[in-house]
Amino acid sequence: MSKEYETVIGLEVHVELATKTKIFCSCSTAFGGAINAHTCPVCTGMPGSLPVLNKQVVEYAMAVGLATNCEITRYCKFDRKNYFYPDNPQNYQISQLYLPICRNGGIEIETEKGGKKTVGIHEIHMEEDAGKLVHDEDGDVSVVDFNRSGVPLIEIVSEPDMRSPEEVIAYLDKLRLMIQYLGASDCKLQEGSMRADVNLSVREAGAKEFGTRTEMKNLNSFRAIARAIENETNRQIDLIESGEKVIQETRRWDDSKAYSYAMRSKEDAQDYRYFPDPDLVPVSISDEWIESVRAKQPELPTEKLARYQSEYGLPEYDAQILTGTKKFADIFEAATEICKKPKKVSNWLMVETIRLLKENAMDAEDIRFSPGNLAKLIDLTDNGTVNSTVAKEVFEAVFKEDIDPEKYVEEKGLKTVHDAGALRETVETVMKNNPKSVEDYKNGKEKAIGFLVGQTMKAMKGKANPEMVNEILKKLLSK
Amino acid sequence: MANRISDDTIEYVGILAKLELTPQEKERAKKDMGEMLDYIDKLNELDVSGVEPMSHVFPVNNVFREDIPTDNDGSKDALFNAPSVKNGGFEVPKTIG
Ligand SMILES: [Zn+2]
Repeated sequence: MSKEYETVIGLEVHVELATKTKIFCSCSTAFGGAINAHTCPVCTGMPGSLPVLNKQVVEYAMAVGLATNCEITRYCKFDRKNYFYPDNPQNYQISQLYLPICRNGGIEIETEKGGKKTVGIHEIHMEEDAGKLVHDEDGDVSVVDFNRSGVPLIEIVSEPDMRSPEEVIAYLDKLRLMIQYLGASDCKLQEGSMRADVNLSVREAGAKEFGTRTEMKNLNSFRAIARAIENETNRQIDLIESGEKVIQETRRWDDSKAYSYAMRSKEDAQDYRYFPDPDLVPVSISDEWIESVRAKQPELPTEKLARYQSEYGLPEYDAQILTGTKKFADIFEAATEICKKPKKVSNWLMVETIRLLKENAMDAEDIRFSPGNLAKLIDLTDNGTVNSTVAKEVFEAVFKEDIDPEKYVEEKGLKTVHDAGALRETVETVMKNNPKSVEDYKNGKEKAIGFLVGQTMKAMKGKANPEMVNEILKKLLSK
Repeated sequence: MANRISDDTIEYVGILAKLELTPQEKERAKKDMGEMLDYIDKLNELDVSGVEPMSHVFPVNNVFREDIPTDNDGSKDALFNAPSVKNGGFEVPKTIG
């Protein structure tokens, strides 16, 4: 490659909102229903049915708009996007083209060089999801399930402000976390409740004009997004270098083959002939309504990060990990509320929890234990009921089955032995059985005491108070 | 008729509408569409400067539903008139997006 190129990336992010019902009808949005169970004449596009807007959809869209510093459009409305596809029963999708609910926002991200930059948000609009096509294995047919038809989405359209896969991931991560904190969506890429389409073009470094862009779809993980961006950047540079033109088109990414292909043929001209939906009346948003949504906004990740450091005295790194997933932040705050020991709660999350998550290939969102049981375990450790080794064992049980640590310790007989007489007896036996170590210690090999402590702990099945064991040993050895 | 619809336009509109027209039908559609556009052109005779674009015919805003599910199983009604049903869903020709 002789010339320097710059990659220009914008994202269209679809987020499935966490409402109980669909956007224009009262059908449930719950997962796992029988095929076509969550349907009615509205979401199956029956003639004569009338859509009525779900107020919660507007509020979630506003909440995301406010969190991303957007202007809220005071007078917005819905338009029909016309196209034929079997998962689209009306032959149009109800969306917003002319007056989207949020415009001109932006969020700040950290760049890979340690700097900060703002990624602009062009607009956020509300729309409905399509049904699902199930491809029949044996036959030459597809089967349509309309349970997802009419599930509310917001589409967040960024400005073409990103320049690398790292910036794209940083933007998506920030956006996802923010929306999860708002409770507007669970934003799971693998399950499709968050979907990102990547608009990408390349240009010679320093050029003013943008190159021709392509749109990449079917990106189901951060890893797939990063790989697709690299692949598409190289594909476009190769085309330009060999004197060919980049064609504006939609491409589908196949992550297993690390390859993308053009999706639409000429027969499927992309001409959506948008027009205002006459079935839906406009939405007029007052200052009072905006303020009431703003007042309900929870504390967002950036604010939490600052507070964890100032209020609890946590290091920045720890605060970042704890606020990095909503689940961690929720458990941290709830457990701290109960036991009032923020540093210890943080420590259990940062070390043992993360270790167990890794071991079990789980995400923080999969955590099932209750903050109350973690707080209880911290108290049991603090008041000396169990020592730190036993506490780790108890925590594994808390992590796996959310057991009550107090009962567990009682039932399994895991309480630390503080009885000096019993400890002394064990220490004496251990010394008798390990005369060589005793000898070594007396000859100045101080490390030998560690072995003897270990042997004593083992003999006590880990339940001894290690400080007491140490003390008794020293006393007996110096005799 | 002031507006003339070209062969290319009628071909393109046919593709968008998923319609296959015979040559006679195409000629008729060209004439109809031309007349419709002529009719719309009449609006251009009006001076609408200073008039707010209308977004809806009714002077009504903010018709909402509360987010409360009515959980009946709609599958039977949904499929009642389906031309072809398979595994509880609408059967369509194999379609891969
Ligand atoms: Zn419905």
